[in-house]
Amino acid sequence: MRIAIVDESATRAAVIREGLATLEDCEIFVVTERRGLVARIGEIAPDIVLMDLGNPSRDVLEEYFAVSRVLGRPIAMFVDESDAESIAASVDAGVSSYVVDGLAPHRIRSILDLAVRRFHAFARLQSDLAEAKGKLADREVVDKAKRILMDSRGFTEPQAYTELRKTAMNQGKRIADIAEAVVTAHQLMGGK
Amino acid sequence: MPPGKTHGELTIGFLPLVDACLPILAREHGFAENEGLSLRLVRDMSWATVLDRLLYGHSDAAHMVAPLAIATTLGRGRPAQSLSVPFVLGLNGNAVTMRPDLAREVNPAGGLGDPATVGAALKTCLATLGRPLRFGVVHRYSSHNYMLRYWLAACGIRPDVDVEITTVAPPFCADALESGEVDVICVGEPWNSVAVERGAGEIVLATAQIWRRGVEKVLAFREPVMEERRGDVEALVRALRKAGEHFVDPANHDVNAAILARPEYLDGNAGLIRRAISDQLLLARGGEVLKYPDFMFQHREAANFPWVSQAEWLYSQMVRWDGAGYDADEARLAARVFRPDVYRSALLGTNDPLPGASSKVEGSLAGPTSVSMQQGLITLENNSFFDRKVFDPSHLAEYVKMQARD
Repeated sequence: MRIAIVDESATRAAVIREGLATLEDCEIFVVTERRGLVARIGEIAPDIVLMDLGNPSRDVLEEYFAVSRVLGRPIAMFVDESDAESIAASVDAGVSSYVVDGLAPHRIRSILDLAVRRFHAFARLQSDLAEAKGKLADREVVDKAKRILMDSRGFTEPQAYTELRKTAMNQGKRIADIAEAVVTAHQLMGGK
Repeated sequence: MPPGKTHGELTIGFLPLVDACLPILAREHGFAENEGLSLRLVRDMSWATVLDRLLYGHSDAAHMVAPLAIATTLGRGRPAQSLSVPFVLGLNGNAVTMRPDLAREVNPAGGLGDPATVGAALKTCLATLGRPLRFGVVHRYSSHNYMLRYWLAACGIRPDVDVEITTVAPPFCADALESGEVDVICVGEPWNSVAVERGAGEIVLATAQIWRRGVEKVLAFREPVMEERRGDVEALVRALRKAGEHFVDPANHDVNAAILARPEYLDGNAGLIRRAISDQLLLARGGEVLKYPDFMFQHREAANFPWVSQAEWLYSQMVRWDGAGYDADEARLAARVFRPDVYRSALLGTNDPLPGASSKVEGSLAGPTSVSMQQGLITLENNSFFDRKVFDPSHLAEYVKMQARD
Protein backbone atom coordinates (compact mmCIF):
# COMPACT_ATOMS: atom_id res chain seq x y z
CA MET A 1 0.00 0.00 0.00
CA ARG A 2 1.31 3.45 -0.92
CA ILE A 3 0.75 6.22 1.60
CA ALA A 4 1.47 9.88 0.90
CA ILE A 5 1.89 12.24 3.85
CA VAL A 6 1.35 15.85 2.74
CA ASP A 7 2.46 18.30 5.38
CA GLU A 8 4.27 21.63 5.15
CA SER A 9 5.79 20.91 8.56
CA ALA A 10 8.70 18.57 7.91
CA THR A 11 8.93 17.76 11.62
CA ARG A 12 5.35 16.65 11.91
CA ALA A 13 5.61 14.67 8.67
CA ALA A 14 8.64 12.88 10.15
CA VAL A 15 6.75 12.05 13.34
CA ILE A 16 3.87 10.57 11.33
CA ARG A 17 6.18 8.70 9.00
CA GLU A 18 7.96 7.13 11.94
CA GLY A 19 4.62 5.98 13.35
CA LEU A 20 3.48 4.45 10.07
CA ALA A 21 6.83 2.77 9.44
CA THR A 22 5.74 -0.05 11.73
CA LEU A 23 3.04 -1.05 9.27
CA GLU A 24 3.76 -4.02 7.10
CA ASP A 25 3.90 -3.76 3.31
CA CYS A 26 3.40 0.00 3.27
CA GLU A 27 5.49 2.38 1.26
CA ILE A 28 5.48 5.88 2.67
CA PHE A 29 6.10 9.12 0.78
CA VAL A 30 6.43 12.53 2.39
CA VAL A 31 5.57 15.71 0.46
CA THR A 32 6.38 18.98 2.18
CA GLU A 33 6.70 21.27 -0.87
CA ARG A 34 3.62 23.19 -1.98
CA ARG A 35 4.90 23.85 -5.47
CA GLY A 36 4.28 20.99 -7.82
CA LEU A 37 2.20 19.17 -5.22
CA VAL A 38 -0.40 17.88 -7.64
CA ALA A 39 2.20 16.57 -10.08
CA ARG A 40 4.08 14.88 -7.23
CA ILE A 41 0.93 13.15 -6.01
CA GLY A 42 0.31 12.02 -9.57
CA GLU A 43 3.78 10.42 -9.65
CA ILE A 44 3.38 8.74 -6.29
CA ALA A 45 -0.04 7.34 -7.23
CA PRO A 46 -0.92 6.77 -3.58
CA ASP A 47 -3.66 4.58 -2.17
CA ILE A 48 -4.01 6.85 0.81
CA VAL A 49 -3.22 10.54 1.26
CA LEU A 50 -2.91 11.97 4.75
CA MET A 51 -2.93 15.76 4.97
CA ASP A 52 -2.99 18.17 7.89
CA LEU A 53 -6.15 20.26 8.20
CA GLY A 54 -4.17 23.49 8.29
CA ASN A 55 -2.69 22.85 4.86
CA PRO A 56 -3.74 25.63 2.44
CA SER A 57 -3.45 23.23 -0.50
CA ARG A 58 -6.37 21.04 0.55
CA ASP A 59 -8.83 22.66 -1.88
CA VAL A 60 -6.32 22.28 -4.69
CA LEU A 61 -5.81 18.60 -3.96
CA GLU A 62 -9.55 17.91 -3.54
CA GLU A 63 -10.19 19.52 -6.89
CA TYR A 64 -7.52 17.31 -8.42
CA PHE A 65 -9.07 14.21 -6.90
CA ALA A 66 -12.50 15.29 -8.13
CA VAL A 67 -11.58 15.87 -11.75
CA SER A 68 -8.38 14.02 -12.43
CA ARG A 69 -8.39 10.67 -14.11
CA VAL A 70 -4.59 10.55 -13.88
CA LEU A 71 -4.70 8.18 -10.96
CA GLY A 72 -7.06 5.98 -12.92
CA ARG A 73 -8.92 5.23 -9.71
CA PRO A 74 -11.40 7.43 -7.91
CA ILE A 75 -10.03 8.88 -4.71
CA ALA A 76 -12.19 10.64 -2.17
CA MET A 77 -12.09 12.02 1.28
CA PHE A 78 -12.55 9.17 3.68
CA VAL A 79 -16.08 9.97 4.74
CA ASP A 80 -17.72 6.59 4.82
CA GLU A 81 -20.82 7.44 6.82
CA SER A 82 -20.70 4.21 8.76
CA ASP A 83 -17.42 5.35 10.21
CA ALA A 84 -18.32 8.89 11.27
CA GLU A 85 -16.65 8.36 14.63
CA SER A 86 -13.30 7.61 13.11
CA ILE A 87 -13.55 10.68 10.87
CA ALA A 88 -14.58 12.92 13.76
CA ALA A 89 -11.53 11.67 15.68
CA SER A 90 -9.25 12.49 12.79
CA VAL A 91 -10.74 15.97 12.34
CA ASP A 92 -10.25 16.54 16.08
CA ALA A 93 -6.62 15.49 15.71
CA GLY A 94 -6.20 17.76 12.68
CA VAL A 95 -5.70 15.25 9.90
CA SER A 96 -7.70 14.66 6.75
CA SER A 97 -7.42 11.51 4.72
CA TYR A 98 -8.20 10.60 1.14
CA VAL A 99 -8.40 7.00 0.05
CA VAL A 100 -8.73 5.16 -3.19
CA ASP A 101 -12.14 3.66 -3.63
CA GLY A 102 -12.46 0.00 -2.77
CA LEU A 103 -9.69 -0.37 -0.20
CA ALA A 104 -10.50 -2.70 2.68
CA PRO A 105 -12.14 -0.53 5.36
CA HIS A 106 -10.42 -2.28 8.30
CA ARG A 107 -7.04 -1.61 6.71
CA ILE A 108 -7.82 2.08 6.25
CA ARG A 109 -9.15 2.30 9.76
CA SER A 110 -5.97 0.93 11.31
CA ILE A 111 -3.81 3.30 9.29
CA LEU A 112 -6.03 6.24 10.13
CA ASP A 113 -6.02 5.36 13.83
CA LEU A 114 -2.27 5.24 13.77
CA ALA A 115 -2.04 8.58 11.97
CA VAL A 116 -4.43 10.16 14.46
CA ARG A 117 -2.28 8.91 17.34
CA ARG A 118 0.83 10.36 15.71
CA PHE A 119 -0.88 13.71 15.16
CA HIS A 120 -1.80 13.75 18.84
CA ALA A 121 1.74 12.78 19.78
CA PHE A 122 3.08 15.65 17.71
CA ALA A 123 0.63 18.11 19.28
CA ARG A 124 1.78 16.91 22.73
CA LEU A 125 5.42 17.36 21.74
CA GLN A 126 4.64 20.89 20.67
CA SER A 127 2.79 21.81 23.83
CA ASP A 128 5.62 20.32 25.91
CA LEU A 129 8.03 22.45 23.93
CA ALA A 130 5.89 25.57 24.39
CA GLU A 131 5.68 24.84 28.10
CA ALA A 132 9.42 24.36 28.36
CA LYS A 133 9.96 27.62 26.48
CA GLY A 134 7.48 29.34 28.79
CA LYS A 135 9.32 28.04 31.85
CA LEU A 136 12.59 29.33 30.48
CA ALA A 137 11.04 32.75 29.83
CA ASP A 138 9.59 32.72 33.35
CA ARG A 139 12.98 32.05 34.84
CA GLU A 140 14.51 34.90 32.89
CA VAL A 141 11.94 37.44 34.01
CA VAL A 142 12.19 36.31 37.65
CA ASP A 143 15.97 36.74 37.49
CA LYS A 144 15.55 40.24 36.08
CA ALA A 145 13.04 41.21 38.77
CA LYS A 146 15.33 39.85 41.49
CA ARG A 147 18.16 41.97 40.17
CA ILE A 148 15.98 45.08 40.17
CA LEU A 149 14.95 44.47 43.79
CA MET A 150 18.55 43.78 44.81
CA ASP A 151 19.73 47.01 43.18
CA SER A 152 16.92 49.27 44.24
CA ARG A 153 16.20 47.96 47.75
CA GLY A 154 19.52 46.43 48.74
CA PHE A 155 18.06 42.89 49.08
CA THR A 156 20.15 39.75 48.93
CA GLU A 157 19.09 37.32 46.22
CA PRO A 158 17.12 35.05 48.60
CA GLN A 159 15.41 38.11 50.12
CA ALA A 160 14.43 39.38 46.67
CA TYR A 161 12.98 35.99 45.77
CA THR A 162 11.09 35.78 49.12
CA GLU A 163 9.62 39.22 48.43
CA LEU A 164 8.38 38.16 44.98
CA ARG A 165 6.95 34.92 46.35
CA LYS A 166 5.18 36.64 49.25
CA THR A 167 3.59 39.23 46.93
CA ALA A 168 2.51 36.50 44.52
CA MET A 169 0.87 34.54 47.35
CA ASN A 170 -0.89 37.62 48.73
CA GLN A 171 -2.28 38.53 45.33
CA GLY A 172 -3.03 34.97 44.27
CA LYS A 173 -0.80 35.26 41.20
CA ARG A 174 2.16 33.41 39.72
CA ILE A 175 5.66 34.53 40.72
CA ALA A 176 6.44 35.09 37.04
CA ASP A 177 3.48 37.48 36.75
CA ILE A 178 4.65 39.55 39.70
CA ALA A 179 8.19 39.54 38.31
CA GLU A 180 6.82 40.71 34.96
CA ALA A 181 5.01 43.59 36.72
CA VAL A 182 8.22 44.58 38.54
CA VAL A 183 10.20 44.61 35.31
CA THR A 184 7.50 46.60 33.46
CA ALA A 185 7.20 49.12 36.30
CA HIS A 186 10.97 49.47 36.38
CA GLN A 187 11.06 50.15 32.65
CA LEU A 188 8.28 52.71 32.95
CA MET A 189 10.25 54.50 35.64
CA GLY A 190 13.13 54.84 33.23
CA GLY A 191 15.21 51.88 34.35
CA LYS A 192 17.00 49.61 31.94
CA MET B 1 -38.25 36.58 22.44
CA PRO B 2 -37.44 34.51 19.36
CA PRO B 3 -38.19 30.82 19.56
CA GLY B 4 -35.44 28.27 19.99
CA LYS B 5 -32.72 27.61 22.46
CA THR B 6 -30.12 30.26 23.17
CA HIS B 7 -26.95 29.74 25.02
CA GLY B 8 -25.25 32.84 23.86
CA GLU B 9 -22.11 31.42 22.27
CA LEU B 10 -21.38 30.78 18.62
CA THR B 11 -18.18 29.65 16.96
CA ILE B 12 -17.76 30.79 13.35
CA GLY B 13 -15.15 29.47 10.92
CA PHE B 14 -13.68 31.78 8.29
CA LEU B 15 -10.94 32.20 5.69
CA PRO B 16 -8.72 35.30 5.80
CA LEU B 17 -10.60 37.27 3.13
CA VAL B 18 -11.99 40.80 3.23
CA ASP B 19 -15.55 39.52 3.01
CA ALA B 20 -15.21 37.74 6.35
CA CYS B 21 -15.65 41.30 7.67
CA LEU B 22 -19.16 41.18 9.10
CA PRO B 23 -18.67 38.42 11.72
CA ILE B 24 -15.30 39.93 12.66
CA LEU B 25 -16.76 43.42 13.10
CA ALA B 26 -19.86 42.09 14.89
CA ARG B 27 -17.48 40.71 17.47
CA GLU B 28 -15.00 43.59 17.60
CA HIS B 29 -17.53 46.44 17.80
CA GLY B 30 -19.79 44.70 20.32
CA PHE B 31 -22.80 44.27 18.00
CA ALA B 32 -22.89 40.57 18.90
CA GLU B 33 -22.54 41.32 22.59
CA ASN B 34 -25.46 43.78 22.38
CA GLU B 35 -27.54 40.85 21.16
CA GLY B 36 -26.38 38.72 24.08
CA LEU B 37 -24.00 36.71 21.89
CA SER B 38 -20.40 35.85 22.42
CA LEU B 39 -18.62 35.04 19.14
CA ARG B 40 -15.54 32.91 18.76
CA LEU B 41 -13.87 33.06 15.36
CA VAL B 42 -11.77 30.24 13.98
CA ARG B 43 -9.50 30.97 11.04
CA ASP B 44 -8.56 28.27 8.57
CA MET B 45 -6.57 28.10 5.37
CA SER B 46 -8.84 26.09 3.06
CA TRP B 47 -12.58 25.83 2.40
CA ALA B 48 -12.23 22.06 2.86
CA THR B 49 -11.19 22.60 6.47
CA VAL B 50 -13.80 25.30 7.13
CA LEU B 51 -16.39 22.77 5.92
CA ASP B 52 -14.94 19.86 7.93
CA ARG B 53 -15.06 21.91 11.11
CA LEU B 54 -18.67 22.84 10.43
CA LEU B 55 -19.73 19.26 9.69
CA TYR B 56 -17.92 17.77 12.67
CA GLY B 57 -19.05 20.39 15.17
CA HIS B 58 -15.83 22.35 15.72
CA SER B 59 -17.80 25.39 14.57
CA ASP B 60 -21.50 26.29 14.66
CA ALA B 61 -21.46 28.42 11.53
CA ALA B 62 -19.11 29.23 8.68
CA HIS B 63 -18.14 31.96 6.22
CA MET B 64 -18.53 30.01 2.98
CA VAL B 65 -18.45 30.32 -0.80
CA ALA B 66 -22.16 30.14 -1.64
CA PRO B 67 -22.11 27.23 -4.13
CA LEU B 68 -20.29 25.03 -1.59
CA ALA B 69 -23.28 25.25 0.78
CA ILE B 70 -25.48 23.92 -2.02
CA ALA B 71 -22.97 21.29 -3.16
CA THR B 72 -22.69 19.98 0.42
CA THR B 73 -26.46 19.77 0.74
CA LEU B 74 -26.69 17.85 -2.54
CA GLY B 75 -23.83 15.53 -1.61
CA ARG B 76 -21.47 16.54 -4.39
CA GLY B 77 -18.09 14.97 -3.69
CA ARG B 78 -19.01 13.65 -0.24
CA PRO B 79 -22.05 12.27 1.60
CA ALA B 80 -24.88 14.82 1.65
CA GLN B 81 -25.43 16.96 4.73
CA SER B 82 -28.06 19.69 4.72
CA LEU B 83 -26.74 23.19 5.20
CA SER B 84 -28.83 26.31 5.72
CA VAL B 85 -28.11 29.91 4.87
CA PRO B 86 -30.07 32.53 6.82
CA PHE B 87 -27.78 35.41 5.77
CA VAL B 88 -25.71 36.37 2.74
CA LEU B 89 -22.39 37.84 3.88
CA GLY B 90 -21.93 39.87 0.72
CA LEU B 91 -22.27 40.27 -3.02
CA ASN B 92 -19.34 40.35 -5.45
CA GLY B 93 -15.95 41.70 -4.35
CA ASN B 94 -13.87 39.55 -6.70
CA ALA B 95 -11.80 40.56 -9.67
CA VAL B 96 -10.25 39.00 -12.75
CA THR B 97 -6.52 39.63 -12.72
CA MET B 98 -4.27 38.71 -15.64
CA ARG B 99 -0.57 38.42 -16.32
CA PRO B 100 0.46 41.99 -17.32
CA ASP B 101 1.31 41.09 -20.94
CA LEU B 102 -2.00 39.28 -21.41
CA ALA B 103 -3.90 42.12 -19.71
CA ARG B 104 -2.43 44.62 -22.18
CA GLU B 105 -3.23 42.38 -25.11
CA VAL B 106 -6.90 41.84 -24.30
CA ASN B 107 -7.50 45.24 -22.71
CA PRO B 108 -5.16 47.63 -24.52
CA ALA B 109 -6.94 50.77 -23.31
CA GLY B 110 -6.26 49.89 -19.69
CA GLY B 111 -8.72 50.64 -16.89
CA LEU B 112 -11.49 48.20 -16.09
CA GLY B 113 -12.38 46.57 -19.38
CA ASP B 114 -15.80 45.97 -20.87
CA PRO B 115 -16.59 42.27 -20.27
CA ALA B 116 -17.84 41.64 -23.81
CA THR B 117 -14.91 43.45 -25.47
CA VAL B 118 -12.30 41.77 -23.28
CA GLY B 119 -13.98 38.40 -23.88
CA ALA B 120 -13.87 38.88 -27.65
CA ALA B 121 -10.19 39.87 -27.51
CA LEU B 122 -9.47 36.85 -25.33
CA LYS B 123 -11.13 34.61 -27.89
CA THR B 124 -8.95 36.04 -30.67
CA CYS B 125 -5.90 35.68 -28.50
CA LEU B 126 -6.72 32.00 -27.83
CA ALA B 127 -6.88 31.30 -31.54
CA THR B 128 -3.34 32.59 -32.10
CA LEU B 129 -1.80 31.32 -28.88
CA GLY B 130 -1.85 27.64 -29.73
CA ARG B 131 -2.26 26.58 -26.13
CA PRO B 132 -5.17 26.91 -23.73
CA LEU B 133 -4.91 29.73 -21.22
CA ARG B 134 -4.94 28.64 -17.61
CA PHE B 135 -7.35 30.25 -15.16
CA GLY B 136 -7.10 29.91 -11.38
CA VAL B 137 -10.21 30.05 -9.20
CA VAL B 138 -10.34 29.54 -5.46
CA HIS B 139 -12.69 26.56 -5.40
CA ARG B 140 -14.66 24.38 -7.73
CA TYR B 141 -17.84 25.34 -5.85
CA SER B 142 -17.25 29.07 -5.70
CA SER B 143 -19.06 32.04 -7.18
CA HIS B 144 -15.71 32.96 -8.73
CA ASN B 145 -15.79 29.80 -10.79
CA TYR B 146 -19.40 30.29 -11.87
CA MET B 147 -19.04 34.00 -12.70
CA LEU B 148 -15.86 33.37 -14.65
CA ARG B 149 -17.45 30.51 -16.59
CA TYR B 150 -20.62 32.51 -17.22
CA TRP B 151 -18.55 35.33 -18.70
CA LEU B 152 -16.33 33.05 -20.82
CA ALA B 153 -19.25 31.02 -22.16
CA ALA B 154 -21.23 34.15 -23.05
CA CYS B 155 -18.17 35.32 -25.02
CA GLY B 156 -18.06 32.08 -26.99
CA ILE B 157 -15.18 30.53 -25.03
CA ARG B 158 -15.86 26.99 -23.83
CA PRO B 159 -14.50 26.81 -20.25
CA ASP B 160 -13.58 23.12 -20.23
CA VAL B 161 -12.36 22.94 -23.81
CA ASP B 162 -10.76 26.22 -24.86
CA VAL B 163 -9.21 27.07 -21.49
CA GLU B 164 -8.16 25.23 -18.34
CA ILE B 165 -9.65 26.20 -15.02
CA THR B 166 -7.84 24.97 -11.93
CA THR B 167 -8.01 25.63 -8.22
CA VAL B 168 -5.46 27.90 -6.56
CA ALA B 169 -5.59 28.81 -2.86
CA PRO B 170 -6.12 32.60 -2.46
CA PRO B 171 -2.83 33.28 -0.62
CA PHE B 172 -0.89 31.71 -3.51
CA CYS B 173 -2.71 33.40 -6.39
CA ALA B 174 -0.01 36.04 -6.86
CA ASP B 175 2.69 33.33 -6.77
CA ALA B 176 0.81 31.27 -9.34
CA LEU B 177 0.59 34.24 -11.73
CA GLU B 178 4.22 35.11 -11.21
CA SER B 179 5.50 31.60 -11.79
CA GLY B 180 3.37 31.16 -14.91
CA GLU B 181 1.37 28.36 -13.29
CA VAL B 182 -1.75 30.30 -14.37
CA ASP B 183 -2.37 33.22 -16.75
CA VAL B 184 -5.47 34.59 -15.04
CA ILE B 185 -6.85 34.48 -11.51
CA CYS B 186 -10.34 35.19 -10.25
CA VAL B 187 -10.11 35.80 -6.53
CA GLY B 188 -11.37 38.05 -3.73
CA GLU B 189 -9.49 40.84 -2.05
CA PRO B 190 -6.85 41.52 -0.89
CA TRP B 191 -5.31 38.90 -3.20
CA ASN B 192 -5.79 40.73 -6.53
CA SER B 193 -4.17 43.80 -5.02
CA VAL B 194 -1.31 41.70 -3.68
CA ALA B 195 -0.63 40.46 -7.23
CA VAL B 196 -0.84 44.02 -8.59
CA GLU B 197 1.53 45.37 -5.94
CA ARG B 198 4.03 42.71 -6.86
CA GLY B 199 3.70 43.47 -10.55
CA ALA B 200 2.57 39.88 -11.12
CA GLY B 201 -0.82 40.86 -12.49
CA GLU B 202 -3.19 43.60 -13.62
CA ILE B 203 -6.86 43.78 -12.73
CA VAL B 204 -8.94 43.68 -15.91
CA LEU B 205 -12.50 43.11 -14.66
CA ALA B 206 -14.47 43.16 -11.43
CA THR B 207 -16.97 40.30 -11.10
CA ALA B 208 -19.56 42.99 -10.37
CA GLN B 209 -19.30 43.81 -14.10
CA ILE B 210 -20.28 40.25 -14.99
CA TRP B 211 -23.28 40.16 -12.67
CA ARG B 212 -23.91 43.50 -11.05
CA ARG B 213 -25.47 41.93 -7.92
CA GLY B 214 -23.99 38.45 -7.76
CA VAL B 215 -24.18 36.41 -4.56
CA GLU B 216 -20.76 35.68 -3.08
CA LYS B 217 -20.13 34.44 0.50
CA VAL B 218 -22.84 33.18 2.80
CA LEU B 219 -23.22 32.34 6.46
CA ALA B 220 -23.86 28.60 6.59
CA PHE B 221 -25.11 26.38 9.41
CA ARG B 222 -25.85 22.69 9.52
CA GLU B 223 -29.61 22.65 9.22
CA PRO B 224 -30.24 20.83 12.54
CA VAL B 225 -27.91 23.23 14.35
CA MET B 226 -29.72 26.22 12.90
CA GLU B 227 -33.09 24.84 14.02
CA GLU B 228 -31.81 23.95 17.47
CA ARG B 229 -30.05 27.27 18.02
CA ARG B 230 -32.68 29.42 16.37
CA GLY B 231 -32.58 32.15 19.01
CA ASP B 232 -28.81 32.56 18.74
CA VAL B 233 -28.99 32.41 14.94
CA GLU B 234 -31.52 35.24 14.78
CA ALA B 235 -29.51 37.30 17.26
CA LEU B 236 -26.49 36.80 15.00
CA VAL B 237 -28.44 37.95 11.93
CA ARG B 238 -29.32 41.20 13.74
CA ALA B 239 -25.74 41.70 14.92
CA LEU B 240 -24.42 41.14 11.38
CA ARG B 241 -26.84 43.71 9.96
CA LYS B 242 -25.51 46.26 12.48
CA ALA B 243 -21.95 45.30 11.59
CA GLY B 244 -22.81 45.89 7.92
CA GLU B 245 -24.15 49.36 8.65
CA HIS B 246 -20.87 50.18 10.40
CA PHE B 247 -18.79 48.56 7.66
CA VAL B 248 -20.19 50.62 4.78
CA ASP B 249 -19.89 53.97 6.58
CA PRO B 250 -16.81 55.69 5.04
CA ALA B 251 -16.06 57.27 8.42
CA ASN B 252 -15.20 53.79 9.72
CA HIS B 253 -13.00 52.54 6.89
CA ASP B 254 -9.72 53.26 8.69
CA VAL B 255 -10.65 51.60 11.94
CA ASN B 256 -12.24 48.61 10.21
CA ALA B 257 -9.29 48.09 7.90
CA ALA B 258 -6.97 48.12 10.91
CA ILE B 259 -9.09 45.49 12.69
CA LEU B 260 -9.33 43.22 9.65
CA ALA B 261 -5.56 43.45 9.09
CA ARG B 262 -4.75 42.02 12.54
CA PRO B 263 -2.74 38.80 12.75
CA GLU B 264 -5.68 36.81 14.12
CA TYR B 265 -7.95 37.86 11.23
CA LEU B 266 -6.56 38.53 7.75
CA ASP B 267 -2.98 39.03 8.88
CA GLY B 268 -2.54 41.41 5.97
CA ASN B 269 -1.72 44.91 4.83
CA ALA B 270 -4.20 47.45 6.29
CA GLY B 271 -3.62 49.81 3.34
CA LEU B 272 -4.65 47.20 0.77
CA ILE B 273 -7.62 46.14 2.86
CA ARG B 274 -8.74 49.75 3.27
CA ARG B 275 -8.68 50.15 -0.48
CA ALA B 276 -10.84 47.10 -1.08
CA ILE B 277 -13.46 47.96 1.54
CA SER B 278 -13.79 51.47 0.12
CA ASP B 279 -14.32 50.12 -3.43
CA GLN B 280 -10.96 51.38 -4.66
CA LEU B 281 -8.78 49.38 -6.97
CA LEU B 282 -5.23 49.84 -8.11
CA LEU B 283 -5.50 48.09 -11.46
CA ALA B 284 -1.82 48.10 -12.42
CA ARG B 285 1.37 48.78 -10.54
CA GLY B 286 2.33 52.43 -10.81
CA GLY B 287 -1.13 53.38 -12.08
CA GLU B 288 -3.86 55.40 -10.45
CA VAL B 289 -6.36 54.11 -7.94
CA LEU B 290 -9.80 53.73 -9.48
CA LYS B 291 -13.02 54.11 -7.53
CA TYR B 292 -15.44 51.43 -8.68
CA PRO B 293 -18.71 51.82 -6.72
CA ASP B 294 -20.22 48.62 -5.28
CA PHE B 295 -17.13 46.53 -6.00
CA MET B 296 -18.01 44.89 -2.70
CA PHE B 297 -21.65 45.01 -1.67
CA GLN B 298 -22.29 44.23 1.97
CA HIS B 299 -25.34 46.11 3.15
CA ARG B 300 -27.56 48.32 1.00
CA GLU B 301 -30.67 47.07 -0.84
CA ALA B 302 -31.08 44.30 1.75
CA ALA B 303 -27.89 42.79 0.27
CA ASN B 304 -27.83 40.13 3.00
CA PHE B 305 -31.30 38.81 2.22
CA PRO B 306 -30.98 35.18 1.08
CA TRP B 307 -33.04 35.33 -2.12
CA VAL B 308 -34.18 31.85 -3.06
CA SER B 309 -33.70 32.85 -6.70
CA GLN B 310 -29.96 33.28 -6.05
CA ALA B 311 -29.67 29.73 -4.70
CA GLU B 312 -31.53 28.55 -7.78
CA TRP B 313 -29.20 30.44 -10.11
CA LEU B 314 -26.23 28.79 -8.40
CA TYR B 315 -27.88 25.41 -8.85
CA SER B 316 -28.41 26.15 -12.56
CA GLN B 317 -24.67 26.78 -12.90
CA MET B 318 -23.80 23.64 -10.93
CA VAL B 319 -25.87 21.60 -13.38
CA ARG B 320 -24.32 23.46 -16.28
CA TRP B 321 -20.72 22.73 -15.30
CA ASP B 322 -20.86 19.49 -13.28
CA GLY B 323 -22.60 17.72 -16.13
CA ALA B 324 -24.84 15.84 -13.71
CA GLY B 325 -28.09 16.86 -15.37
CA TYR B 326 -31.06 18.84 -14.07
CA ASP B 327 -33.16 17.16 -11.41
CA ALA B 328 -36.33 18.79 -10.07
CA ASP B 329 -35.89 17.26 -6.60
CA GLU B 330 -32.32 18.49 -6.38
CA ALA B 331 -33.46 21.92 -7.53
CA ARG B 332 -35.95 22.04 -4.67
CA LEU B 333 -33.30 20.96 -2.15
CA ALA B 334 -30.89 23.58 -3.48
CA ALA B 335 -33.53 26.31 -3.28
CA ARG B 336 -34.29 25.42 0.34
CA VAL B 337 -30.66 26.00 1.39
CA PHE B 338 -31.36 29.75 1.37
CA ARG B 339 -33.70 30.61 4.23
CA PRO B 340 -35.34 34.02 3.87
CA ASP B 341 -37.87 32.95 6.51
CA VAL B 342 -35.16 32.93 9.17
CA TYR B 343 -33.78 36.30 8.02
CA ARG B 344 -37.30 37.76 8.16
CA SER B 345 -38.11 36.34 11.53
CA ALA B 346 -34.85 37.78 12.93
CA LEU B 347 -35.52 41.30 11.69
CA LEU B 348 -39.29 41.60 11.86
CA GLY B 349 -40.17 44.56 14.09
CA THR B 350 -36.78 46.26 13.68
CA ASN B 351 -36.40 49.21 11.31
CA ASP B 352 -34.46 47.09 8.82
CA PRO B 353 -36.13 46.81 5.39
CA LEU B 354 -37.58 43.39 4.54
CA PRO B 355 -38.48 42.42 0.97
CA GLY B 356 -42.05 41.31 0.36
CA ALA B 357 -41.07 38.40 -1.88
CA SER B 358 -38.51 35.62 -1.32
CA SER B 359 -37.52 35.27 -4.93
CA LYS B 360 -36.94 37.72 -7.76
CA VAL B 361 -36.16 37.70 -11.45
CA GLU B 362 -32.35 38.07 -11.35
CA GLY B 363 -30.79 40.46 -13.81
CA SER B 364 -34.09 42.13 -14.69
CA LEU B 365 -33.33 45.65 -13.48
CA ALA B 366 -31.37 48.08 -15.62
CA GLY B 367 -31.82 50.98 -13.23
CA PRO B 368 -33.20 51.95 -9.81
CA THR B 369 -36.59 50.40 -9.15
CA SER B 370 -38.74 50.60 -6.04
CA VAL B 371 -39.94 47.24 -4.84
CA SER B 372 -42.77 46.27 -2.57
CA MET B 373 -41.62 45.55 0.93
CA GLN B 374 -42.99 43.70 3.88
CA GLN B 375 -41.32 46.31 6.08
CA GLY B 376 -39.48 49.56 5.33
CA LEU B 377 -38.59 51.06 1.95
CA ILE B 378 -36.11 49.90 -0.59
CA THR B 379 -34.93 50.79 -4.06
CA LEU B 380 -33.08 48.09 -5.94
CA GLU B 381 -30.56 49.30 -8.47
CA ASN B 382 -29.18 47.77 -11.63
CA ASN B 383 -28.70 44.03 -11.06
CA SER B 384 -28.06 42.91 -14.63
CA PHE B 385 -25.83 40.25 -16.10
CA PHE B 386 -23.37 41.72 -18.62
CA ASP B 387 -25.06 39.88 -21.50
CA ARG B 388 -28.47 41.32 -20.50
CA LYS B 389 -29.98 37.85 -20.12
CA VAL B 390 -32.36 37.40 -17.23
CA PHE B 391 -32.88 34.50 -14.89
CA ASP B 392 -36.51 33.89 -14.03
CA PRO B 393 -36.58 31.25 -11.25
CA SER B 394 -40.06 30.14 -12.27
CA HIS B 395 -38.46 28.89 -15.51
CA LEU B 396 -35.39 27.24 -13.97
CA ALA B 397 -35.50 24.06 -16.08
CA GLU B 398 -35.85 26.08 -19.30
CA TYR B 399 -32.94 28.32 -18.29
CA VAL B 400 -30.76 25.23 -17.79
CA LYS B 401 -31.83 23.89 -21.19
CA MET B 402 -31.18 27.19 -22.90
CA GLN B 403 -27.68 27.42 -21.43
CA ALA B 404 -26.87 23.85 -22.46
CA ARG B 405 -27.61 24.87 -26.05
CA ASP B 406 -25.41 27.98 -25.91
